[in-house]
Formats: sequence, C-alpha cells, structure tokens
Amino acid sequence: MPFRRVKFTFKTERIQSPVIYDLGQKFDVVTNIRRADIDADNGWVILEIEGAVDEIERGLEWVRDQGSDVSSLDGDILAG
Amino acid sequence: MPYVQSLRCKECGRDYPQEPIYVCDFCFGPLEVNYDYDAIAKNISRESIQDGPLTIWRYDALLPADRDNAVNIGAGMTPLLKADNLGKVLGLNNLWIKNDAANPTHSFKDRVVSVASTKAVEFDFDTIACASTGNLAGATAAHGAKAGMNTMVFIPADLERGKILGAAVFGSVVLVNGNYDDVNRLCSELGDDRRWAFVNINMRPYYSEGSKSIGYELAEQLGWHAPKHIIVPVASGSLFTKVHKGLQEFAQLGIIENADTKMHIAQPFGCSPVAKAFIEGQAHPKPVIPNTIAKSLAIGSPADGMYSVGIANKTGGSATIVPESEIAEGMKLLAETEGIFTETAGGVVISTLRRLAREGVIGPDEETVALITGTGLKTLEAIADSVETLTIDPTVRSFDEIVTGAPVL
Repeated sequence: MPFRRVKFTFKTERIQSPVIYDLGQKFDVVTNIRRADIDADNGWVILEIEGAVDEIERGLEWVRDQGSDVSSLDGDILAG
Repeated sequence: MPYVQSLRCKECGRDYPQEPIYVCDFCFGPLEVNYDYDAIAKNISRESIQDGPLTIWRYDALLPADRDNAVNIGAGMTPLLKADNLGKVLGLNNLWIKNDAANPTHSFKDRVVSVASTKAVEFDFDTIACASTGNLAGATAAHGAKAGMNTMVFIPADLERGKILGAAVFGSVVLVNGNYDDVNRLCSELGDDRRWAFVNINMRPYYSEGSKSIGYELAEQLGWHAPKHIIVPVASGSLFTKVHKGLQEFAQLGIIENADTKMHIAQPFGCSPVAKAFIEGQAHPKPVIPNTIAKSLAIGSPADGMYSVGIANKTGGSATIVPESEIAEGMKLLAETEGIFTETAGGVVISTLRRLAREGVIGPDEETVALITGTGLKTLEAIADSVETLTIDPTVRSFDEIVTGAPVL
C-alpha cells in the first residue's frame, strides 16, 4: 500500500482542532504518528499516511485547506 | 571509510548499516554518519592532514569515503582572505572572508556533491540526481560527468537560461514544467521508486558531511584554531550544522584546543523561517513560502532548521533577517572593498555582518569569518539595478567630459 511520510505544522488557531482524527474519518487513509511536539500555541507532528495515492493527496490537500502546513519529511528537496 | 561505524538517528540514536538510506524507520528522524573517533584520534594529526591533497579529501579520516576512490574535481581548500578593507568600513579589525566561490563549479556545493557522488559509486548506483535552481545543479552535473554516471538534474523550466546552460553543459538536465512545489513532489516520488543516488535525499547523510570540510579548513587556515564568530547563510540549515560539527570534531580530536565559536544565522527577509524561530524563541521553524531574490537560500521548509536554531542558541550566536533591499548592497560592499563578487546569499551574509558589527554583537578585535558560498556571476540579475556604468563616445573629449568630469575647453 502506498504511503507518504509528512510533517504537519499547526497554526495557533488550529491547535484545538482534531486534524489527524478528522483526516482518518474523512478519507480512507491510515495515520501513524511517529514524533510530535505540541503545546498551547504551536505544534508539529511527523507521521506516516497510508492509502491509495489519490486518497492520500486529497487528504493532504484537505489538511492544507484547514490552515495547517504540510511538508515533506525530507524538507524542500529543490536546492539552490 | 574505515572509521565509519554506522548511520545513527539524530533523534532516537538507533544505528543502521552504511546504506543509501536517510531516515530512521522508527521515529523518522534524520540519519547521520557515526564515526569511531577513538580510532581516528590515533591516526590523524595536523601533519597527516598537511600531507594530504589540496582538496576536501585531505580530511578523509573524517569523511565517510576514502580519498583513493574519491570523485574529485578539486573541491575545497578555497581561499581564506583577510578582509582589511571591508573590516575598516565595518569597524572590524580581525575579519576574514572564506571564499567558496573558488570551488570548481563556483560554490560550496562541490564539497557535498564530491562526497555524495563518491558514495554513489561505492553503492554501485549508475545514476546520480538532484533538484536545483542553481549551484547544486552545476555541482551534481559536473561530478556526475567526472564519475561517468548518468546524471539527472531537475530544474524548473522557467529558470533563467544562464543557470540552465551552466548545468546542462556537463550533461543531462531535465526541465520540469511546474513550480517549486511541483518539482519537490516529483523528485520525492522519483526518489522513492527509482534506484538513483539522489544527492540530497538518499545520499543526504553522506552528502551533508562534505560541508564539515569548511570547518576543518577554517581552523587549519587560521593556524589551527577556531574563530570567535562565523556568519553562515542558512537555507536547509545543513551547512550551518556541519560547519559547527567540523570545528567540534577537530576540538574533540585535539587537532585544535577548543571550538567555542559563536555561530550566526543569516537569512533574507523573503525566506527566514530559521532566523524567525531563533528570534521568537521557538525551537522549530515554521515553514514559509519563499519569496526572496536570494534563490540559493529559498528553502521554505528547512530540514535542518531545528538543529540550526539549537546550535545558534548553544554557541551564543545570533540570527539576522536581512531586508531584501540590503542583499544587493551587501554584494556591492564586498565587491567594492575586497574584489570578491558573491552570489545573493553572500550579500545576505555581508549585510548580516554589517548589522552584527553595528550592534556590537561582534567586537572590533574578535576574529570573525564571513562565509561566502558562491559566485555572483550566476545571479547577475540581482545587482542589475544597483550597478552603474558610464558610456562615452570614442573621443578623449567625451572621456574627459563624462568620466573625469573635467571642464571641456
């Protein structure tokens, strides 16, 4: 099954939202958190998302639309 | 090579064999080369280093590959120049410029790609790849050519023609119709399912080690000691962390007495997630969408940003966000005082240096190194509006009138 390893970075106003729970409810993907650091104001989560490629992409787009940043675990690959 | 023990996760400490892998299976932390420093200490000395080649490979005991098999086009041992003229302008009496524009493809990326391509050959890859908007493209294409490998250099199709040609001359360049995010995503997918050596993906643990050689060279060129301050331009943060690591390793091995260098982050306003995190007291940079003329620093999601913030804090360093308008000023200042034409990232460094000197963060007599990572010839458009020229008719009269301003009788 295809998977993506990504990092979500949450804005302060989204800290109270159950983004990862909703992602698993709204899309046919399995989320597996590996590392995270969240406090009252800021937060990031590194996780693996497994599912069909299109479903993963739709899910990640939804997370972005919710106001959270989605980046590749590798950071930006395109270098100067 | 004999001194590498494993790849080790920077987060959870798990060890992995030396393979083309880059992320911990358990915590997804980045992997880093782990050396047997006790063995290295018995076999390295100032003299053994000085007996080595005038390239980064003189430090091969501290690199993950052997100099005998190196893909070597002469990266490293770039000039460290005393910058008295610039120092006079800034009120700094002990200022040095490390000019990495003097590398074979005119940027520090030759250091990292020399190591990455050597490992790629060792791992028996036949294709080496990268995604780049400039310096990395040229370095990868050149080393791929030297290694006799297939080369895949991915470049956004709308990049300036000069930059495309500068890499294409060495071999395969693939232009991608799409924006930066599209190229990132494509390369991430290709990196997952092709057996290629992607220099800053699956070769990353080895690739990044090449930057340590800047730390080693600084110490050696300064007469075997670490400077008080180093100003480093930050993109992914890898260079920043590895320059620091190089100095720390030299101190640990007794090559230099200590390494209490203050590490200073320099970023442009249009892409400053790492500097912003430092200034705001956050450990983790928040990703941004880059919008800066310093294209070589346009990494909105910096993989080593968190580690860079940590080092700047630990060493008593700083972080500066340089206004975009001051980048060309910095480039011009260095060119006009020291005869060095740097890329935009260098303009960010010089403007940071000016601010740190003005604010007293750097004392007048403290030994300071400004790291210049590449040449301005690749980013001519950045200074097009701030450089003036005079045009005359081919007559002495015209020369006197326009150039010398002498009254014409």
